[in-house]
Amino acid sequence: MDIPYTVKNRPDTGLYNGKLGVWLFLASEVMLFGGLFSAYIFLRTGVDSWPLGTEYLDVPLATLNTLFLITSSVTMVMSWASLKLNDFKKFKLYSGVTLFLALAFLVVKYFEYTHKFHVGYLPSTNNFLGIYFTMTGLHVLHIIGGMIVIFYYWMPGAKMWEVDPERFTNRIEIVGLYWHFVDLVWIFLFPVLYLL
Amino acid sequence: MSTDQHNQSFWTKYIWSTDHKIIGIQYGITSLVWLLFGFGLMMIMRYQLAYPDTPVPIVGALLGDGGLLPPEMYNSLGAMHGTIMIFLGVVPLAFGAFGNYFVPLQIGAIDMAFPKLNAASYWTYFAGSVIMAAGFFVPGGAANSGWTSYPPLAEIATMGQTVWLIGMVMLITSSLLGSVNILVTVIQLRTDGMTWMKLPIFVWTQFITAFLLLLAFPPLEAAGVLQLMDRLAGTSFFMPSGLVVTGEVMTNAGGGSPLLWQHLFWFLAHPEVYVLILPAFGIVAEVIANNTRKPLAGYKALVYAMVFLGFMSFIVWAHHMYITGMGTTMGAFFQTTTMIISIPSVVILTALLLSLWGGSIRFNTPMLFALGFIPMFGIGGLTGLPLGLAAADIHLHDTYYVIGHFHYVVAPGTIFALFAGIYYWFPKMTGKRTNELLGKLHFYFSLIFMNGVFMPMFIQGLAGVSRRLADGGQTYAHAADVIYLNEVMSYSAWLLGLAQIFFIVNMIISLFGKKTGEKNPWGATTLDWTDTTSPPLGHGNFEIVPKVYRGPYEYSVPGDKEDFTPQSKKV
Repeated sequence: MDIPYTVKNRPDTGLYNGKLGVWLFLASEVMLFGGLFSAYIFLRTGVDSWPLGTEYLDVPLATLNTLFLITSSVTMVMSWASLKLNDFKKFKLYSGVTLFLALAFLVVKYFEYTHKFHVGYLPSTNNFLGIYFTMTGLHVLHIIGGMIVIFYYWMPGAKMWEVDPERFTNRIEIVGLYWHFVDLVWIFLFPVLYLL
Repeated sequence: MSTDQHNQSFWTKYIWSTDHKIIGIQYGITSLVWLLFGFGLMMIMRYQLAYPDTPVPIVGALLGDGGLLPPEMYNSLGAMHGTIMIFLGVVPLAFGAFGNYFVPLQIGAIDMAFPKLNAASYWTYFAGSVIMAAGFFVPGGAANSGWTSYPPLAEIATMGQTVWLIGMVMLITSSLLGSVNILVTVIQLRTDGMTWMKLPIFVWTQFITAFLLLLAFPPLEAAGVLQLMDRLAGTSFFMPSGLVVTGEVMTNAGGGSPLLWQHLFWFLAHPEVYVLILPAFGIVAEVIANNTRKPLAGYKALVYAMVFLGFMSFIVWAHHMYITGMGTTMGAFFQTTTMIISIPSVVILTALLLSLWGGSIRFNTPMLFALGFIPMFGIGGLTGLPLGLAAADIHLHDTYYVIGHFHYVVAPGTIFALFAGIYYWFPKMTGKRTNELLGKLHFYFSLIFMNGVFMPMFIQGLAGVSRRLADGGQTYAHAADVIYLNEVMSYSAWLLGLAQIFFIVNMIISLFGKKTGEKNPWGATTLDWTDTTSPPLGHGNFEIVPKVYRGPYEYSVPGDKEDFTPQSKKV
């Protein structure tokens, strides 16, 4: 006996198990980042003065990073759509581009971080930088986690396409859901930390 | 997926298993060991409270210092007692063990939706619990800032606090994996005919509990990350400006807020109370319906009340914080929500009580524990009402009254329900029966001594005895008239410990007993009893996956041959 609805949708819920699981996981992630954003508001409203993001942070670089992530979301969808259209070669291409864009994001982030450390802006300097490093650091960890999974299905895990294409397509859909969420977190982080 | 289960080695079958039943038992045994350990810590503390500054007998050698219990270590034991009992003991037992083992069986599923994730969840819990306990061996001892880890105290505490935070992050990860699994299992894997309103109450409680764990724990994870940053990277999220510790001004940047931690912490920890109590409701409902041989009173009311309880539990958290000096508007809001949340609790308790009416009650061991649960939880709940109102809470909050209140909810409340569950499902898990005499002795002695421990706390608390005194109130004016109760409570605690020997002996001799061969000894109606062998098949649970035609509690249906009608019996 096998566990039902691992690949096919359950008729009354219209979902397969993995998709529901990831949606629930994302709900919990919303609460995690929600907790941090609430902490940010609480800290900011609790003190008399709070620096503007532009005093410490580099807005053009972050804008570039935003572009990278948004584009990577698009290519992520394209890679899933390619599988739906039975075009494995295109999937490989789009997945590769997604990974490249994610890597570009990390490289930019690396330069941002090291520059700040260099000029002596540390998490302990003040609470603005503290929450900046904590939230973007946690976000970077999410990016790295997503990259590992995307890489796995790009290279070694892609074998599954030959054995069970429908299941493989579902996997990519799920990774995509997670990836869009991680992008979405950045879409909130960017204005809150850099612009406001 | 369908590997042959018969040719597996001991390690793959019992240690690295992905079978929900084995994982449930792993959770169960681990959490029972932690419960005993956490209880042991408290027995040491109770010696110090009754006989301050005298060497602790028996375990004194482990403490060093000539067997004395120094105040810092008393604080460590207190913090770790709370942490262990809640996060390593009761929740894994109620949710990890019972949820894993019986939710798939009761909904007619062959396993959990994600078996590998399930194993990962257990092993993350196990690793987290070991890390938690490793705190005892780092310099300065285990975490000593209370189970609530309030800053700034926790920020300047010894290294044990860092270990505590890392352990906590692991436990939160484990509970995330477990709760996603239970939710997907209940939503996706219900068998044909198992509609929402045919779910056994036990499944409903686990389902709502999973939602609470899923959504309430992450803010604590956020708080844990922030506190780790404060401790390791020197940030000041919870450190106010100009804090002076033992005469020295702290050098950190400041500008943080200790209150922020309390908000994030209690945003988890109040739903956590319902994580502790909901599975208990579920178990008690099953046991009561079965042993009164009649349907539960108000099934729908129970379900709606529990769902409502789950929602409300997210907006009452600040009633733990009245003495932080919050504004009256905030106070009024949280007092109102707190009074509202007592309504569904009363609905649930009333439904359970009314279920007894007109039943032909069988007073077996699980039923005794379930019956004991009702008044004990009732005391715990009713004594909570004054604490929900700021005016009364300000006087009672830091006294033993609070300790008495929440222990009545969790100890003779939830833990009694968990014992009821263990005795009730033991025949299902092993195919053997427990000893009734030992079970009854376990119940009566536990009932007496539980009350012996916790009832005097109300008296001491109302007299104004602070809950944070390492010497039991020797030098505390308010305690003078009630200090004699310390000995009563301590002796009760130790005797309560002895009473658990009945349980341990009972489990051991019953495990070595003969299999009875009956699959449904209690004459129950739910799928776990009616459609599986005892113990259920190793892989797949059911010989034929059952279909469901009836509600969960069709007992004594007029015109039927037997006094129970299985859910899977065609109409």
